[in-house]
Amino acid sequence: MPGQWSTFAPNVDFIFYFIYWMSVILFVGIIGAALYFVWKYQRKPGVKAEPTGHNLPLEVGWTVAPVFFLALLFHWGFRGYTDLTVSPANAMEIRVRGRKWSWDFEYPNGAHETNTLHVPVNRPVRLVLSSDDVIHSFFVPAFRVKRDAVPGMYSMMWFQATHEGTTNYFCSEYCGAAETASRGEHGEEVFSGHFSMNGHVVVDNDARFAAHLEEINGPPIVNGQPVTPVQWGALLYRSSQCYTCHSVDGAAGTGPTWQHMVGHPVTLTDGTTVDVDTNYLRESILNPQAKVVRGFQPVMPTYRGSLNDRQIDALIAYMQSLQ
Amino acid sequence: MSTHGEEDLLNTNYLKAGTGVKSWLLTLDHKRIGVMYLVSIILAFFLGGVFALLLRLELLAPGRTIMTAAQYNRAFTLHGAIMVFLFIIPSIPAALGNFIIPVMLGAKDVAFPKLNLLSFYIYVVGTIFALFSIISGAVDTGWTFYTPYSTSSNSSVVSMTMAAFILGFSSILTGLNFMVTVHKLRAPGLHWRRLPLFIWGMYATSIIQVLATPVLAITLFLLAMERVFGLGIFDASLGGDPVLFQHFFWFYSHPAVYIMIVPGMAVVSELIATFSRRAIFGYFAIAMSSLGLALVGFLVWAHHMFTAGISEFAAMLFSALTFLVAIPSGVKVFNWTATLYKGSIWLTTPMLYAIAFLIQFTIGGLTGLFLGTLATDIHLHDTYFVVAHFHYVMMGSTVMAFLGGLLYWWPKIAGKMYDETLAKVSFAFVFVGFNATFLVQFIMGSRGMPRRYYDYLPEFRPYHAFSTVGSWILGVGFIVYAYVLIKSLRSGPKAPPNPWGSAGFEWASESPPVLANFREVPTITRGPYDYHLTTDEELFDGFPEDAPKKA
Repeated sequence: MPGQWSTFAPNVDFIFYFIYWMSVILFVGIIGAALYFVWKYQRKPGVKAEPTGHNLPLEVGWTVAPVFFLALLFHWGFRGYTDLTVSPANAMEIRVRGRKWSWDFEYPNGAHETNTLHVPVNRPVRLVLSSDDVIHSFFVPAFRVKRDAVPGMYSMMWFQATHEGTTNYFCSEYCGAAETASRGEHGEEVFSGHFSMNGHVVVDNDARFAAHLEEINGPPIVNGQPVTPVQWGALLYRSSQCYTCHSVDGAAGTGPTWQHMVGHPVTLTDGTTVDVDTNYLRESILNPQAKVVRGFQPVMPTYRGSLNDRQIDALIAYMQSLQ
Repeated sequence: MSTHGEEDLLNTNYLKAGTGVKSWLLTLDHKRIGVMYLVSIILAFFLGGVFALLLRLELLAPGRTIMTAAQYNRAFTLHGAIMVFLFIIPSIPAALGNFIIPVMLGAKDVAFPKLNLLSFYIYVVGTIFALFSIISGAVDTGWTFYTPYSTSSNSSVVSMTMAAFILGFSSILTGLNFMVTVHKLRAPGLHWRRLPLFIWGMYATSIIQVLATPVLAITLFLLAMERVFGLGIFDASLGGDPVLFQHFFWFYSHPAVYIMIVPGMAVVSELIATFSRRAIFGYFAIAMSSLGLALVGFLVWAHHMFTAGISEFAAMLFSALTFLVAIPSGVKVFNWTATLYKGSIWLTTPMLYAIAFLIQFTIGGLTGLFLGTLATDIHLHDTYFVVAHFHYVMMGSTVMAFLGGLLYWWPKIAGKMYDETLAKVSFAFVFVGFNATFLVQFIMGSRGMPRRYYDYLPEFRPYHAFSTVGSWILGVGFIVYAYVLIKSLRSGPKAPPNPWGSAGFEWASESPPVLANFREVPTITRGPYDYHLTTDEELFDGFPEDAPKKA
């Protein structure tokens, strides 16, 4: 089992190792006996098998004895499950939205971030999960928690981290992949899909967590200076996963390339033509299905609620810079 | 044709009664239909196996190894769909069962021979749909077709769901046929308490096939309707409920697990009895536990959905019911082990497969406890732990039983013996390869490696590499196994009627059986495992002309 980073982990691991050692004992007992019999009662000339008799106490015994063991497992399992599902009333609530193929986290102060989840240490945190497209599942092995994000409903999970540091989360419900690779930061082939919907959970102390929430509302600070809108847009291009569908070097992708995009007319699926100006870009980020460029599928998720106005401005500034 | 001629034909070796392609394609003989199924499922297994080896090769190292992410998703979907729908569900019932059930019962054929041939052709049509789907872009939804992914994926979902829909009818008709056969066509004296355990297992399987498969048909039909006509049943954006699909799907697919494993148990009961020379300990308990599994198997479907947002009450109920499955499974394992005690054990290759089954089924069953326990399932759900668990049950158990059963009945089917030494070599590769491939997946799953991942974090690399090397060993084992069969067909020595000296009823027929299975209707006077009631003549393992004279 991975490191124990939540209040659940010790209990889950106790049950896990209890079953593990019971299984080892049973396995060695049963298979040991079977292999011993196979060796001991090998076919020998002149020795016949003894006719099979009945042994009612033995048969009833091995039917009934496991019931007690199974009832114990059921009881522990259900108690542990209740702990996992019933969150304390004072838990801090974080909204988690899954979509192909990234996670968006919205904190109580309205700040958003994609891909990295920050949580405070030693405080109960409740995640409210939903999905914009297909079923996803949020899985943090170190916390021993997992819950599906189902389109059309909310689901909850909670945990209390006990350990500061960085651990991994994964998407654990299969959700497809992009047909073609996109380009990474160094021009390398990057595939995205179910397997790339993972990232880090950063567990911080209260002060650092609060500072982080302040920071992600505005442009990131590099060398003591806030970055320019174009630089911020370039960072968002990566962190909001725009790059998985849109290239910036003219390469083909799931969506139109951003190179030489701004200021040029495009033909839409209904045959009309529009100029790619700032208003079209803003509309396409917030309501992507309204005007889809001919030759592309209407598959882009909306970024309404996950990018704030300043971030949208920065992204548009970045697009404008790609001439 | 004169009556006399017909009688002669009925008393001819089934392989020689009629020649030419047409005599096979239009045959009503359950044995020939069984052989045609056998060839088809071996081809399906080969195709599914190639996908499996490609998947493992891709996972040898992180990042792109041989295919893109989209190709990987298609490969694992096809591996699963082919293995489940085209191979494992028809494997033991339709191929071995078709051949052996009437012979064991002392019947001339199944109850409805024409329906039996129809089942085969429905299977062929389903297979054509599946192949069409593969050629026309394949499916990337996983074999579970979860909505709304499957309703929004632009891959060839409709033809694959139609394939599974059609294959389901083949399964239903075969099940129906076997049920009626067991009820109506038993030889004189073969009452229910003398019924071989293989028959009991196949009977239980048939009940599940007939009752559960229609639900899958309805579910896949609704899915196709949603995709084609936009009916809002499962897709939330159309007002449907995606979790409803999972309920429907697992309401079939969990009982389907028992369609896959109960026949395996049925074969192993025969193997252990024959090669221990003694009746199965607790015959009645094994027979009833097959029916018990068939029943309880219907009540546990939602244990696939503990993280899917079902209510706490439902989770509690399904966890408790799931633990009930452990009891009949455990009873069987204890009974098989007890049968070995004071037996006379002959370690042929089929018996080795039976012992491998016992070992791997025990591992598969015990690891099920981790998944039935709610608190640990939450962590392990949708990880490689689950992948390893069901491969231990499906492949480590059912496929082992199939491999062992095929060799065991091979002299009956082909009329020829196989090379025992070479078969043992292939067994060694299969056993080592299988465990090397899948045992390590329990470890990586418990450490948090999710399933259906094209790429993975570097910390999982050693486990993946080890597993891939294991898959190569396993692949070699299957190639040797195929060679054993081909060599036997080409140059194997002629098989005597009862090469294993078994007391089982099917061995009283000739090898291969005549078209009517027996020259005269056999009368059963003892149980199939009553070695202490048999004569030396009945257990004689040579040719009849060399048989000892009756005392």
